[in-house]
Amino acid sequence: MQLLASLLCGFVFGCGLLVSGMVSPTKVLGFLDVLGDWDPSLAVVMAAAVTVTRAGFEIARRRGRPFLTKKYEWPTKTRIDAPLAFGAVVFGLGWGLAGLCPGPAVVNLATRSPQVLVFVAAMLTGMALHDLWRRGRTSAPHARGVTPAKADG
Amino acid sequence: MLTPTPLAKVFARFRVSWAVAEGCDLPATQPHLVNSMHNFTPLSAAIGGTLVGLAVALLMLTTGRIAGISGIVHGLISNAGGKSWRPAFVAGLVLAPLIAKLVGFTMPMPQIPASWVVTAGAGLLVGFGTRLGGGCTSGHGVCGIARLSLRSIAATLIFMGTAMVVVAIVRHGPAG
Repeated sequence: MQLLASLLCGFVFGCGLLVSGMVSPTKVLGFLDVLGDWDPSLAVVMAAAVTVTRAGFEIARRRGRPFLTKKYEWPTKTRIDAPLAFGAVVFGLGWGLAGLCPGPAVVNLATRSPQVLVFVAAMLTGMALHDLWRRGRTSAPHARGVTPAKADG
Repeated sequence: MLTPTPLAKVFARFRVSWAVAEGCDLPATQPHLVNSMHNFTPLSAAIGGTLVGLAVALLMLTTGRIAGISGIVHGLISNAGGKSWRPAFVAGLVLAPLIAKLVGFTMPMPQIPASWVVTAGAGLLVGFGTRLGGGCTSGHGVCGIARLSLRSIAATLIFMGTAMVVVAIVRHGPAG
């Protein structure tokens, strides 16, 4: 059941990106191009998504527990720290260069576009490099008590 | 020439928005729309955003999990402890355009306006950055902002601001 629910949610999520046009790097870059012919569509997508999500999360909190599992896995981190800021800058650099973030990149795999295949392969590599780098730091003899971050999402 | 009624304008814009979404050429008979609307597609954006929100809310309500795509994709390559819900979610994402195609909604071939090297570099940056920062447009941008998490709001402002600066330099900078 959990698998089916996850599959369905992925499907609806993908349809949302598809319908909104956010799968198109051109469209996303049109939003990021504030000095050019600015296209605010992405802001509308986010506003609508946040509004619906907020309502859904409110219902979730009132229900006490999810339908299919024992408990909610709400993110616990609240600190605005250096990894968050540096990570966001690095992600922003890549997003601005290609116009792709992880969601649309994965949906675009369906087109079998060679550019997207290269991008996703590089993205997975970047994630693996991050894990290696973090492992190196935590296993170093003088590691300063760095623990692997529990991701927000 | 007849002045289009406001409703007709909205309808025409909706058609244009679908045309853009589907990667078709814009209707040559409506050049004024192309020039005046700046490619803004509020209706399809609102519908699509609502679907994204529904998916995120449903995943939390059913499985108690946050729909952060970078985290889910990362789970595919790390030993995140036998959680096959992640591959299922990713399969759903990829299935969306394939099933949409069956009902006549063909997804355009994505155009990344960058060389192979830059595309690969951008992928590396997105992969590394989203893990270091603990989330992307969905995990921080949608889920985090919906929880009113200051951490996620900060992350979203930073990555969005950085991306806007990059695009400004690439498109309007001295070399652009």
